[in-house]
Amino acid sequence: MFHWLEKNPFFFAVGVFLVIAFAGLIEILPNFGEASRPVVGLKPYTVLELAGKEVYKKDNCIACHSQLIRPFKSETDRYGQYSLSGEYAYDRPFLWGSKRTGPDLHRIGNYRSTDWHENHMWDPKSVIPQSIMPAYKHQFSNIADIETAYAEAVTVKKLFNTPYDVDGGVALGSWEDAQAAALTEAKAIAADMKNQDVKDLVANGQIPEIVALIAYMNKLK
Amino acid sequence: MQSNAALEYDYSVAKLFTYTTILFGILGMLIGTLIAAQMAFPELNYLLGEYGTFSRLRPLHTNIVIFGFTLSGIWATAYYVSQRVLKVSMAESKFLMALGKIHFWLYFFGALAAVITLGMGITQSKEYAVFEWPIDVVIVLIWVIWGLSLFGLIGIRREKSLYISMWYYIATFLGIAMLYLFNNMAVPTYFASGGYGSIFHFVSMYSGTNDALVQWWYGHNAVAFGFTVPIIAMIYYFLPKESGQAVYSYKLSLLSFWGLMFVYLWAGSHHLIWSTVPDWMQTMGSIFSVVLILPSWGSAINMLLTMKGEWNQLTENPLIKLMVLASTFYMLSTIEGPIQSIKSVNAIAHFTDWIPGHVHDGVLGWVVFMIMAALFHMAPRMFKKEIYSKKLIDMQFWLQTTAIVLYFTSMWIAGITQGMMWRAVDEYGNLMYSFIDTVAVLHPYYTIRAVAGLLYLLGFFMFAYNMILTMTAAKKIDTEPQFRSPMA
Repeated sequence: MFHWLEKNPFFFAVGVFLVIAFAGLIEILPNFGEASRPVVGLKPYTVLELAGKEVYKKDNCIACHSQLIRPFKSETDRYGQYSLSGEYAYDRPFLWGSKRTGPDLHRIGNYRSTDWHENHMWDPKSVIPQSIMPAYKHQFSNIADIETAYAEAVTVKKLFNTPYDVDGGVALGSWEDAQAAALTEAKAIAADMKNQDVKDLVANGQIPEIVALIAYMNKLK
Repeated sequence: MQSNAALEYDYSVAKLFTYTTILFGILGMLIGTLIAAQMAFPELNYLLGEYGTFSRLRPLHTNIVIFGFTLSGIWATAYYVSQRVLKVSMAESKFLMALGKIHFWLYFFGALAAVITLGMGITQSKEYAVFEWPIDVVIVLIWVIWGLSLFGLIGIRREKSLYISMWYYIATFLGIAMLYLFNNMAVPTYFASGGYGSIFHFVSMYSGTNDALVQWWYGHNAVAFGFTVPIIAMIYYFLPKESGQAVYSYKLSLLSFWGLMFVYLWAGSHHLIWSTVPDWMQTMGSIFSVVLILPSWGSAINMLLTMKGEWNQLTENPLIKLMVLASTFYMLSTIEGPIQSIKSVNAIAHFTDWIPGHVHDGVLGWVVFMIMAALFHMAPRMFKKEIYSKKLIDMQFWLQTTAIVLYFTSMWIAGITQGMMWRAVDEYGNLMYSFIDTVAVLHPYYTIRAVAGLLYLLGFFMFAYNMILTMTAAKKIDTEPQFRSPMA
């Protein structure tokens, strides 16, 4: 059979494809529906938080930080309750990471505050002297892309039935509504910050990346 | 049987990919060395403003070495090897020749666009699948063109039976195509939302745990079909060719090929052990990773036994040395991976520096050594010149081997140290170390690793220098060498 296959490239290719596709079918498909169900009470990200998630992706925080607390006592002692599948139901993409050069961030919102993040992102060594994390000062002046975040929210609402605009959930509305809501949220965060440039930008209706990022960090609980 | 002498092979496309292998190799390893140094000396994060932090450069490093250096190397060898084992020249078909050139130039400009957008921070933040949809479309197009070109050449072949290397190139084509398409199923938000926001942005069709599962099914197997399968294709051609020895066992190559194809794909979920994916999938990933030792070692042993009775060549020919050590590092890497996939070991190893350590003994020792040996073997045949310097290859070999040993030993120690410190508790059951303690302790190992990176990079510069002088300054040869490559 093998000699025959080696003389018939088409059937050889079909054979290889069947053999390699097999595992994916068996491993990935069976739990697909179940694994994407949200835990009770999980709310989708607000537009500002989504914009913060984009900053997290853009500056590629997953290079050094995980968002996955494993079910060991040493991890739950350090980071809190171990992670549940349903908590990630609105994460597109997932941001678990694969390396912890820095600590896990899945529940960072439980034990770090807006002003802590502000100091830390401006100069990590001012908070943790031995830190090897670089400063991300550009996030204080770069403007977050709220419009793309809105586009993402609209897309997931339409296509994947992510529960925006439902009772007790997160309101999305029109682009103007979303802009206004993001700015209101941003103002609340900027009020807890001390950086004057950031405060001025927000007062002028512009949202720096750091404010969006902090909104996202505070949501991680 | 066809006569070899009558056929003049056309290497113009193989040459083009040879140049980009060298170019992207230098670029990718340069960035790799820089980010290794950043972990030991964080001040180096500020060389390029917001574009120069470790986090921004790391995907550039991984993507340039995978999709720049390795892929170029794969294609350079594929365009060289497939003509020779199929006994057909590219020059015989204008169509295939044009296709090959389009393949290269589309790839080259696509790669440049990828590097630039990634540098700007346009990314979907999935490791090794970072590109947003416009780049993905170009990648798919490049892949289809390669497929046409590969199967086109097969279609007009004279040698009816496909040599082992061709099996592996075909599998590379199919594997990456399947994985890449399924992992990048996503919706461009600009169109779905009716014209809002960035045109680049897209959102994954899978969420959370499902996204993780598909991503690591991709991530693990992109390694399989980028770093293992095509590199085996190379060694099955170049080691017998350079040494003049027949492949040790056809049956062993059959077993390893079909075994590898079947088993590899299951092992993806070993990246997700102790995560929120269902336990049975984690167990499957773990078990199949251990089974994977068989086909992996099957190929490696087949290659080592090919040298049976001819081990003297190891001392006489530096290319044989490179390839034999590549096989050996392949064996090391493919026993280390399964060990890390055992659940209790994974609990310590996951998230630590042992993982990059493992990756690098595989890529530095196996992938890069094999690609360099292949290009050295091809150079005298493509450029009709002697290899410029044997001495330089010898020096490079020892320099880089030392670098690899320093790299993985320092990362083994760093990884296990950190993994143990994270879980260490005192007599009352309280955690003994704050997180930053476990970072500070790694400084010496990060320094050793940065030095290792620098040595390896230096070795790669020697390779590049040797190749360039082979093309431009070396002595001409009149007849094509049959086996051993001539070198000064």
